[in-house]
Parts: sequence; C-alpha cells; structure tokens
Amino acid sequence: MLEIFNSSIGKKLIMSITGLFLMLFLVVHLTVNLMLLVGDGEVFNRAAHFMGTNPAVRVIEPILAIGFIFHIFYATYITLQNRKKRPIGYTTSASNGLSTWSSKNIYILGATIFIFLVIHLANFFWKLKFESVETITYGDETMPNAYALVAGLFTNYWWYDLLYVIGAISLGLHLSHGFWAAFQTLGWNGTKWLKRLEVVAYVYAIVIGTGFSIIPIYFFLFK
Amino acid sequence: MTVKLKIWRQKDSSSKGKFEVYELDNVAPDMSFLEMLDSLNQRLVKEGKSPVAFDHDCREGICGSCGIYINGRPHGNDHRTTTCELRMRGFKDGETITIEPWRAAAFPVVKDLVVDRSAFDKIIQAGGYISVNAGAAQDANAIPVPKHNADVAFDTASCIGCGACVAACKNASAMLFVAAKITHLAQFPQGRVEAPERVKRMVAKMDELGFGSCTNTRACEAECPKGISISTIAKLNREYLTAKLKD
Repeated sequence: MLEIFNSSIGKKLIMSITGLFLMLFLVVHLTVNLMLLVGDGEVFNRAAHFMGTNPAVRVIEPILAIGFIFHIFYATYITLQNRKKRPIGYTTSASNGLSTWSSKNIYILGATIFIFLVIHLANFFWKLKFESVETITYGDETMPNAYALVAGLFTNYWWYDLLYVIGAISLGLHLSHGFWAAFQTLGWNGTKWLKRLEVVAYVYAIVIGTGFSIIPIYFFLFK
Repeated sequence: MTVKLKIWRQKDSSSKGKFEVYELDNVAPDMSFLEMLDSLNQRLVKEGKSPVAFDHDCREGICGSCGIYINGRPHGNDHRTTTCELRMRGFKDGETITIEPWRAAAFPVVKDLVVDRSAFDKIIQAGGYISVNAGAAQDANAIPVPKHNADVAFDTASCIGCGACVAACKNASAMLFVAAKITHLAQFPQGRVEAPERVKRMVAKMDELGFGSCTNTRACEAECPKGISISTIAKLNREYLTAKLKD
C-alpha cells in the first residue's frame, strides 16, 4: 500500500493531507493571535502561556513541524519534477479565462510564505522558546510577556508590519487555491461540490488573510 | 484579409526547429484555420518549398487529430472548438498569428506541427477497455443503468483524445484524459468489474510515459474542446486512492 506514494497522485495526496492539517493549525493560530486585539495583553499572554505549556499542544508541536517539512519538501520535489515535463516551452501564452493567478503560481506563493515563515519563527517562536524574554505576573502566575514582544516589534518597526501583511496576503492567495484543491486531490469533489468548495475556499482564505493582516495594521495605527 | 503567420518549422524529431514567418493574402474570413493552412501549403508547394506538416482528419471536430497551439492557446481562442472548427473571421486583418505544436516531453515533435501522441494509445492499452466478451447487442433494458450514470458516461465518452489538456497544462499532465476514460468506464456494471485494476494500470502508465502531475489550475477544462470537467479528475483520484488502499 505504501507504494501509493511513488505515484503522481500519491505525492499529491501528501500535499493534500499535510495542507489540510496546516489549515487546521492556522485556525487555532489565528484564534490565539486575535486575542492581541483584546485589552492590555493579559488575555493574549494567558492564551500564549496555555499553548506553550499544555501537554497536548507539546505533543502536536513536533507533528506540526513534520507537516510543514513534508508540505514544503514535496511541493519542491513535485514542482521540479513537473518542470521537466515540458522541456521546450511555448513562446506565446494567453489567458483561458478559468485558471486563477494563485493556482498557476501556487509554488511561488508557497516560497514567499516559506521566507516569511523563517523570519516569523526567528521573531517570536525562537525568542520565546530558546531565549530569555521579559516576564509578567498576573496574581500568583508568572509567564513570558509575549504581548510585549509582539507589540514591541509591530510598533517600533513599520517594515515588519508591512512584511507581516505581505505574508498574510500571500497566505490568503495560497489558500484560495489550496483549500479546494486539497479536497479535489482527496477525490471529494463533483460538479456540485466543486462550486461549493470554491466558495468555502474563498471565505476561508479571506478570513485567514485579513485576520492575520489586521494585527500588524492595528499596532501600526493605534499603538 | 491578410495574415502574418509565425509557424514552428522542424524537419524531424532529431533536428532543431525554428519559427518562420509567412505572409498570406486572400484569406477568406469564412475559411477554417486548416483551410487557411492548406492555401499556404499550396503556395509553398508551387514555390518548390516543403509544406507545413500538420495533423488533420475528419475536419468536423470529432476525430481529435488536429491539435495546434495558436496565439498562446490550444485550438486557438474560440471556446470549445477544435482547430479545424476555428474560423478565420476570429482573427484581425493583418494580425500576426503564432502557430506552435503541442509542447510536452510525452508528445515529441515528429515534424513541424505534428506531434507523436501515441502515449495516449499506450495509456488506453494499459487498461482503458472492458475485457468481457460482450457478445451481440443486448436488449436495452437487460442491464439497468441509472440516468445520471448514462449522462456522465456520455459526457466523458465525448473525449476525442486530442491532447489539448496536456498542451494547456503547465505540468503537461494527462490527468483530464485519463480521468475522462476512467469516469466513463466506471459508470456501467460491466466496467466496474475491472475498475480497481484499470485505474492502477492507467495511472502507472501515465506516470511512466512522462506526463506531469495535477496542480488543479483547470487549464485542461478551459481548453478541452468537449468541455470535460475537472470533477472527473476528482473521480479519478477517488477511484485510484480507494483501489490502492485495498491493496
């Protein structure tokens, strides 16, 4: 059965399953992040502390990392393989009126998100995990002041705000194609479901794209 | 009308091709695209030059022979037409028309605009058939087939194997072609018997022959002269994954 992954459809199956898993993660990530917009940071700090210490989250974290690695590795491998399938290209190209820009540039968008991801991990994940950050005490509970870390970055450096908005828009565009394509690869599609999944994909992509964009814009404008 | 034709010329599969430009006068707007090429060829023959080689047969959009990449699109700019159904009235007087062969590693150029599409035949030979002895035609009601299945089978059986899907796909993938055949044969009780084996063999052959994988850009669906939907690709994925999971 494992030889399924040697086939072209099997490799796309890996992209689909890891993609769906990462999309689920994005919902959790955005939910926690939107708490940045509430109050003076206590809600976000408590949520971040919960995510950082909860045993279930600790177990899922390495699985998430594997999900990212497989998604990125297979995307690169499949793209490189596919490029060999047309050794001599066309000299002209015209729009067919149906293919979206995101679908044709899904790998470019993915690569943009990858560059953003590296910077993003260095900005927050690495600092909270492996470096000492300032702490804050609520009642008798002391925890890292993640809010101060985020607020510091977004209020002091406008280009980080811009970078995070570009990252969020790239992600939204990537998802506008990736969401329904993941279901298509799994075989869950038909003439009726094709249209429905496309609509859900756009709604999901807009929620994720604008949701993550709002945060740096909020800090840039109001803090 | 007058058109300027920028045509890919290649002597044979081993030589290196290049574009050549021809001016053609007296093109009637009601001419089909292939008739226009015919008139160019007549002139070239009179001039003692080699005519432009292109595939054609029925010239009524049902054989799938004619496949030319015209101004950046397979079968040209008209919706759901083959090259032979394309009329010159769709072009402007004095327009430069770029004419290229299908480009895919699995479809090597034979000469000029003619490509070798036997890879499609090899995929069919790998399993695109029903191997029971059907005998004489049965009574129409002997094997009940739901209306929906009959409709899907009709729609997918309309694939003429022209290769526009491969030509249009950025990965030169044959998924829409294979999906049409798989979906078509999966609709009937006779076809279901071999369905798991069929899909495994046809997909393996498609991969072996050097077609790419599917990025779901829908370019194939947009360019298919028969309008076959990518929902058939979802069906192919479903058939393949369930067949493989049972292994």
